[in-house]
Parts: sequence; structure tokens; C-alpha cells
Amino acid sequence: MPSTYSAFQLFKEGLKGHTGWAPAWQDADPKPSYDALVIGGGGHGLATAYYLARNHGLKRVGLVEKGWIGGGNTGRNTTVIRSNYFYPESVALYDFALKLYEGLSRELNYNIMFSQRGIAVVAHSELEMEMAARITNAMQINGTDAELLNRKQVLERAPLLNQNDDARFPIFGGIWQGRAGVARHDAVAWGYARAADKLGVDIIQNCEVTGFLVENGRCSGVETTRGEIRAGTTGMAVAGNSSVLSAMAGFELPVRSFALQAMVTEPVKPCLDTVLLYMGTGTYLSQSDKGELVIGGGLDRIPSYGQRGNPPLQEEILSGLLEMFPAFGQLKLLRQWAGIVDVVPDSSPVIGPTPLPGLYINGGWGTGGFKAIPAGGWLLAHLMANEEHHEISRPFDLDRFARGRLIDEAAGAAIAH
Amino acid sequence: MQRFSCPFCGPRDETEFFYGGEAGNERPEPAENISPVRWAQYLHMEKNEKGRAREIWVHLTCGEFFVMERDTVTHEIFKTEAFHGERT
Ligand SMILES: Cc1cc2nc3c(=O)[nH]c(=O)nc-3n(C[C@H](O)[C@H](O)[C@H](O)COP(=O)(O)OP(=O)(O)OC[C@H]3O[C@@H](n4cnc5c(N)ncnc54)[C@H](O)[C@@H]3O)c2cc1C
Ligand SMILES: [Zn+2]
Repeated sequence: MPSTYSAFQLFKEGLKGHTGWAPAWQDADPKPSYDALVIGGGGHGLATAYYLARNHGLKRVGLVEKGWIGGGNTGRNTTVIRSNYFYPESVALYDFALKLYEGLSRELNYNIMFSQRGIAVVAHSELEMEMAARITNAMQINGTDAELLNRKQVLERAPLLNQNDDARFPIFGGIWQGRAGVARHDAVAWGYARAADKLGVDIIQNCEVTGFLVENGRCSGVETTRGEIRAGTTGMAVAGNSSVLSAMAGFELPVRSFALQAMVTEPVKPCLDTVLLYMGTGTYLSQSDKGELVIGGGLDRIPSYGQRGNPPLQEEILSGLLEMFPAFGQLKLLRQWAGIVDVVPDSSPVIGPTPLPGLYINGGWGTGGFKAIPAGGWLLAHLMANEEHHEISRPFDLDRFARGRLIDEAAGAAIAH
Repeated sequence: MQRFSCPFCGPRDETEFFYGGEAGNERPEPAENISPVRWAQYLHMEKNEKGRAREIWVHLTCGEFFVMERDTVTHEIFKTEAFHGERT
């Protein structure tokens, strides 16, 4: 049984040369059946398993992951957490997640290193400033924190920004959300895994779902590379592989898979203490605790399941970076990688029942689902345990496509996700 | 930089091309008989094939649409051919 982490425990272990730490979670073997089974060991799946046990008191919960937990997008993202969205439905969802993140280290007894250093989305013309004002107003009306910055306020927050008069994307001002920030992505996965394990959840790695068991028209479990597993209720949170699973279950999703890439520079001394995004270039960045600049941008242009990024977009992101921070042209890139993200036409997630009764989905987070992990897990657990929507997830049901009730954040928020 | 082969212009840089959608997604007709669910399926649902896929692309430089068969995991291209409209 893993102990509770504390400063005292750290000190005690330090004296013993750190030889006494127990594994944070057990690598379980699959049981023949569970009351609830979660597919996908990313943040959303792990959080779902945790909340099934914590909020709904389920004792027999299993989670299957085809590789290792956190090896998908949860371990590949640039860790920006924010709720600066336009529509009330989105702010309700992402602000719920942000609030849960604010208490998560304590809740999980695991330091997820959530640093609320704020995000500035920079605008480059009078017209973009009007867009920025519109979004700021919408955010305030929806009840989350937002502030409109002028040029001076942007430069106070990031003095290294390109201040040249002939800049291609001059700084007019921007949108500020002070509660936004970054967290340690692996810690979110590991923290949920450890807390779920403590509540009796089986975390089963190297176990790929290859089909669904269907009885009387209802999903009664899954076939896996390690045998059949039966389940009372099943939930899937497999991001870029959502369509692969839905094809096994016999339905299609409004999802297209793309590579989204990120990169880090060599570590340097602290020089950027906020998250920055340029509306004009789509490039965004923050500085990690190790000193590396963590850089991201838009989607690759070609639908793909190849877990690597293509050079054309890398070039676009980096030229954006140099426009924003000419000084960073001296830095060397250390690493570059990509994850396969599940993009939905309205840039909003799909949370709800699927056409196969007994199977629920949490997916379609596209380029921005790290920030939503606590809420996504909470809501999928609610659906699986109660077989009905939580009020926050209702608008994100698959039925919105036939009803024409899209939540079009890509157009609404004018920001990269 | 990958190169795709336009059936009209030959091999060109990938940045000259734009993805247009899955091949064989015919618009259902007549409109008055089409249910919202079927219409949503036509507009939004995807096969999103992992592996071999048949897709419509446009070569932005010459403006021609064509069909490309490629592997969405390895990005290997099997063939490109002029688009004559197709039924599946
Ligand atoms: C480069 C990059 C930058 C990003 N930046 C941000 C950001 O700054 N902020 C933000 O909020 N979001 C960001 N995102 C998006 C975010 O990472 C994802 O939306 C989020 O991590 C999705 O979590 P998940 O748990 O749904 O998916 P994942 O973490 O991908 O987990 C899904 C898991 O399912 C498993 N799986 C798949 N198929 C099967 C199967 N058949 N059987 C069993 N298991 C299976 C996979 O192995 C994987 O581990 C970024 C993504 C990328 C790639
Ligand atoms: Zn051509």
C-alpha cells in the first residue's frame, strides 16, 4: 500500500537513501469481469476510473491501456490549462476543469505542479482588439476571469517580445486570463493512477481492445489482446484512436485524426513567466521549470495516424516564434514530437452515450483536452454510473450534429486550441 | 517535405495540396426525403481510416481535384488519379 506523500515522508526517505518508496500503483492483470471498464490510459481515462470509485463508490473498476499509461497525448502535450472560451457551454466545461485542477494536488496527494502564471493572447490590429474585447466580455459574462490588456500591459508581462515598429505582427494588446497556467502532464496521469489504484481500480497496461462484446444489442464488455473482459458499463477515452474503436463498435464519429506537434529548446535561465499566444502566428509557448521553452502551434495539414510531425508545419511554428521573440533565434531545438489528436468540426469534445447502448465516449478533444482532464473524467464517470448526462456534458452529446446545435469554438474564440 | 503527385502536373511539394475529404461520400438526394441524422452523417461523420485510405485532394496550384490512395500511418502513397466523380 503506497504511503501518503508529505514533506515529513520525503525527509524520512531521504535519510534512508530513498530505498523505501513503494510503487505508486500496481500493474494489474485483467480480471474476467468488472462493474465498469474504461478504455484508454490517458488523463481522461485515468480520471474517469478515479471518479467512478471516488464519486460513485464503484468497487470493481478496470482500466485497459494498449501501451503504457500517459504514453498518448497526455504525455505529449504542451500542458496549457485555461478556460478562455467563447460559448457558455464551453466555459462551464473548461472552468469546471480549471477549478478541479486548482485543488488537484491536494485531492490526489500528488504534486501536479500546477503553476497559474496566466495566459496572454496577443492581438495585432484595431480589428483584432475588437475581437479580443468581444471574447473578454463573453468570458466575463460566462463567469470566468478575463481582462483586456493594452500594448504596455502585454510588454510588462513579456518584455522580450518583438517591439519593433516594423514588426510583421505588431502588438496592440490582448486577452489575459490570470488563472490559466501549466502543469506537469505526466504527474496528472500518474497522480490519477495512484489515487485510483488506492481506491481499488485495476490499471491494466499492454492490453489493447480489439473488439466489443455485444449481447441483446448492448455492449457487455471488450475483447482484448489479453482475453475477454466483461463489463456492466464501458467507457472509451482513446483520443486519436476514437474512430478505430467506433468502427469496431459499428458506428462512425465526426472525428478526423491529425498529428499535432510540439518542440522544446535547450534550457535557458528564466526569461518568460507566462504563457503566450499570438493570434497572428498561431505559435504559443511557455518556459518549463527546467528552463526549456515549450513551443506549439497549429495542426499538421494532412490527416494522419503517424505519431510524428511534418517539417512544413514545424517551419511555420518556428518562423512564428522568431517573429514573436527574435532573441530566441539563438536557441537550439532539443526535441520535437507529435501526438495524434481527434479533431471534431466544431472544435468541441464529444461526451455522451454512443449508438451502441452500454458504451459511452469521451473524445474529440482535438488540440486542447489536457486542460479538461478532471472534468472529462468526472463527466464520463457520471455517464457510466448513472446512464444519464451531467448537465455540463449534455450540450456535448453526439446528437448535436443531427440537431444542428454545434458549439463552434474555432470560429467563436479565434484562438488556437 | 513529402511530395504528392498531381495527375496533371506531376510531383510537387505537399504544401501545394489541400485535403478535401473522404472519397465516396455522396450527397444524399432528394433533399426533402433526407433525415437530419442522414444529413449529419453526410456532413460530419468520417471513416477516418487508420491505414489505407481513399481521399479527395486538390492541387491548389492548378486547381484540379483528384483521388489519392495512401496509408495514413506510414504516409506511403499508392496512387493518384483524376477525379471523375464516383459512386460507391
Ligand atoms: C503536441 C500536443 C500539444 C498539446 N497541447 C495541449 C495544451 O497545451 N493544452 C491542452 O489542454 N491540450 C493540449 N493537447 C491536447 C491534449 O494532449 C489531449 O486532448 C489530451 O491529452 C487527451 O487525453 P486523452 O486521455 O483523451 O488521450 P490520450 O492521452 O491520448 O490517451 C488515450 C489512450 O488510449 C490508448 N488507446 C488507444 N487505442 C486503444 C485500444 N484499442 N485499447 C486500449 N487503449 C487504447 C492510447 O494508447 C492512449 O494512451 C496537446 C496535444 C498534443 C499532441
Ligand atoms: Zn496540378
